[in-house]
Amino acid sequence: MSSWRRLTRALLPHPRWGVISVPYAWMLVFFAVPFLIVLKIAFSTQAIAIPPYTPVLEYIDEALTLKLNLGNFVELASDSRYVEAYLNSLKIAGISTLVCLLIGYPMAYTIARLPPTTRNIALMLVVLPSWISFLIRIYAWMGILQTNGLLNQALLGMGVIDAPLRIMNTPLAAYIGIVYAYLPFMILPLYSNLVKLDLRLLEAAHDLGAKPWKAFVTITVPLSQSGIIAGCMLVMIPAVGEFVIPELLGGPGTLMIGRLLWSEFFAAGNWPMASAVAIVMLALLMVPILIFHRYQQRELEGRLA
Amino acid sequence: MSNAQGASWFGRGVLTLGYAFLYLPILILVIFSFNASRISTVWSGFSLKWYVALFQDDSMLSAAWISLKIAFLSATAAVILGTLAAMVMTRFKPFRGKTLFGALITAPLVMPEVVTGLSLLLMFVTLFGPLGVSPKGMMSIWIAHVTFTMAFVTVIISSRLAELEKSLEEAAMDLGANRLKVFFVITLPIIMPALLSGWLLAFTLSLDDVVISSFVSGPDSTTLPMKIFSSVRLGLNPKINALASLLMLLVSTGTLIGWWHMHREEKRRQRDLQLALQQG
Repeated sequence: MSSWRRLTRALLPHPRWGVISVPYAWMLVFFAVPFLIVLKIAFSTQAIAIPPYTPVLEYIDEALTLKLNLGNFVELASDSRYVEAYLNSLKIAGISTLVCLLIGYPMAYTIARLPPTTRNIALMLVVLPSWISFLIRIYAWMGILQTNGLLNQALLGMGVIDAPLRIMNTPLAAYIGIVYAYLPFMILPLYSNLVKLDLRLLEAAHDLGAKPWKAFVTITVPLSQSGIIAGCMLVMIPAVGEFVIPELLGGPGTLMIGRLLWSEFFAAGNWPMASAVAIVMLALLMVPILIFHRYQQRELEGRLA
Repeated sequence: MSNAQGASWFGRGVLTLGYAFLYLPILILVIFSFNASRISTVWSGFSLKWYVALFQDDSMLSAAWISLKIAFLSATAAVILGTLAAMVMTRFKPFRGKTLFGALITAPLVMPEVVTGLSLLLMFVTLFGPLGVSPKGMMSIWIAHVTFTMAFVTVIISSRLAELEKSLEEAAMDLGANRLKVFFVITLPIIMPALLSGWLLAFTLSLDDVVISSFVSGPDSTTLPMKIFSSVRLGLNPKINALASLLMLLVSTGTLIGWWHMHREEKRRQRDLQLALQQG
């Protein structure tokens, strides 16, 4: 055996560990560890320094001191602005998810029932907008929802309303924006679930006398459960922490936690506070995130089974 | 009468409205990029002047160039790492820590961007700070983009690998090929369309990212979405309409070419299969 072989054999007992370790190490270093650092900084205080926070773990006078500043978390709990922002974010994300589901389910269902060639084109048409810049599409809505924007022009012109609707810079605009941006993320998992639905089950139900609506509620909906959950998680979790949409469309009245994190970090330069906001956000989202992971795991195993 | 086959009228109605909802804003954006007046909501004639103004805006062009470079490099790295991760998830026997690996790989799919951006910046400060290197800059943006786009690429390639019949790979191994050769000669060519769509998706996501880039970019590495965002915050600007139309043209053309190419490949493969069956 050549010396090169012997060296690699010693360093890497099994070649497959080389394949595993590269992405594993990357994600550990650049995804997992950063969250631990955020947790640590959340216990720090703002300071005029580079970086702009006080150290949590210090070695002074031969003593290793750990200074956990709980002030950030105290402020989060006591300041009504933060509490309101968290609750508002959950509310906006929740309602938007529901609307996405109500619009997306019929769309996914219809596409899944189309003949195979049309189906692929139909699906591609759903996905294509999300490949176009997210930022640009939100910008498009700015032009439409403004007071002198196209929606109001059209409605005024048709005589449906007398005075322009104030939609821009209100929470309603944020709702529209979130539903618009996240709709494809609801449709895709629903579609991949519904397309595997065995139509013979519905035929059997019909043969046994069930009306189409009853068959839908008792057979189709329960079977598409995993698709519904996946779609809802894919919309709700990122929507809670949304920043761009409420910032551009929602106006000052739309208080969402992503905006508070941003302003703590960029406007106030208070990195520890921003970290505390992030930690609490993650804690709130932990349950939905775990639900999503259980679904992901089952999906992958189901496919391999 | 059951609607066991074919879509109902209600379904088709919702579908059409849904498409209108998805596409009208985009269409309006493109139309108004040709608007002669500066007011982005009142049409006053056809003009190309915003496109001209766009190409004369140097800061916009340099931001575009930076974004394209980063997007290209991020997508390539994301596909390489994503393919490795997908192989591990679908082809490797369960090992200790595989569940954690799976969770780590797919977590960025649902993580709010402000959280990812903040955590990555703090990571770079911890990592690069002591070395005297600035934590913000092109390198940081590249690492950040690879990290969060890898999740999407891995999901795409994993689902393709999971659908792929193992019999081809097993046959090759029975004929004596080692695992590496099997991967490069058999698996890779078959999953190539998934790799390409993963690359394209990662490219698009990187090109579009504003939140994460804002956290980790330095003063000399302003990306295009960051420029667009700061411009748009001040109000509507037809130059942005023009830029948006060009970007959409770029992405749509790429996607359509990719889709048409895949379609042709699929047709060719069907034809080859037919021929093989006839001769066999």
